[in-house]
Amino acid sequence: MSWVLFILLAVVTLVGGVGVVATRNVVHAALSLLVSLLAVAGIYLILFAEFLALVQVLIYGGAIIIVLLFAIMLTRSSEYPRISDNRQWPIGLVAAVGLLAVLAASFWISQHQSAGPESPALGNLANSLFTRWAIPFEVASLVLLVALIGAIIIARTGEDEG
Amino acid sequence: MLEDYFRQYGLIAIFIAIAVIVPTSMLTISWLASRIGIRPTNPTPVKQETYECGMEAIGGRWGQFNFRYYMYAVLFVVFDVEVIFLYPWAAKFLGLPLFALIEMFVFVGILLVAWAYAWRKGDLEWA
Repeated sequence: MSWVLFILLAVVTLVGGVGVVATRNVVHAALSLLVSLLAVAGIYLILFAEFLALVQVLIYGGAIIIVLLFAIMLTRSSEYPRISDNRQWPIGLVAAVGLLAVLAASFWISQHQSAGPESPALGNLANSLFTRWAIPFEVASLVLLVALIGAIIIARTGEDEG
Repeated sequence: MLEDYFRQYGLIAIFIAIAVIVPTSMLTISWLASRIGIRPTNPTPVKQETYECGMEAIGGRWGQFNFRYYMYAVLFVVFDVEVIFLYPWAAKFLGLPLFALIEMFVFVGILLVAWAYAWRKGDLEWA
């Protein structure tokens, strides 16, 4: 059962990934990436990592794809979407093969123990986040505040010049 | 426990399956109906136009959008990240000490400063 689901999700992930590099249209590439990222969230679910799946859907499926699509939407000119620069593919190939080698080696070396169907309890996560890691948690909100104000200022200066 | 898990996410899987099957089957049935001659096909230039709320579409697909939309994307990303922190807090609220409640108020309060800043600077207004 689990294997069937995994193979299904892996196929969807790979189809999305191939779609990103195969299409000539940047918007289609971004949407293919969304398919791929959501399928990865499904893979987290069959590994019983519920919170990680939620983070994957909200951050990758939501925020990052939204930012990518907005960047395309706000910057493109009329001819831009059909141009895709494929001259860098040898470097991309080297990077992909290198990543594959590192991942394969790490799986090979580490004696992979099959974890039981125990999801890391959300209660433990909440407890440690809100008691032991309280200060970093509050710092995270300050980081978000600075990021938002910075983005607003950058946007406003761009507006004044344009 | 394990059955509950699969039942919960099985429901989501069924929803996703329906969401994929319904639109694809509508298109497929329409295409098949046109092939066997149930659905008439006599396209005219007006029919082939992009449908947009009954109005004539202005410009092509690839026009550049207003830069103001950027603000909404940024605000969405920040509050999306906030939701990630709110989720374990809300899900395990009863098991947490009172300190966690105060902490979350501080957290949301700091982010509300960002929201107030965006509001004050007039980025939430469409002028």
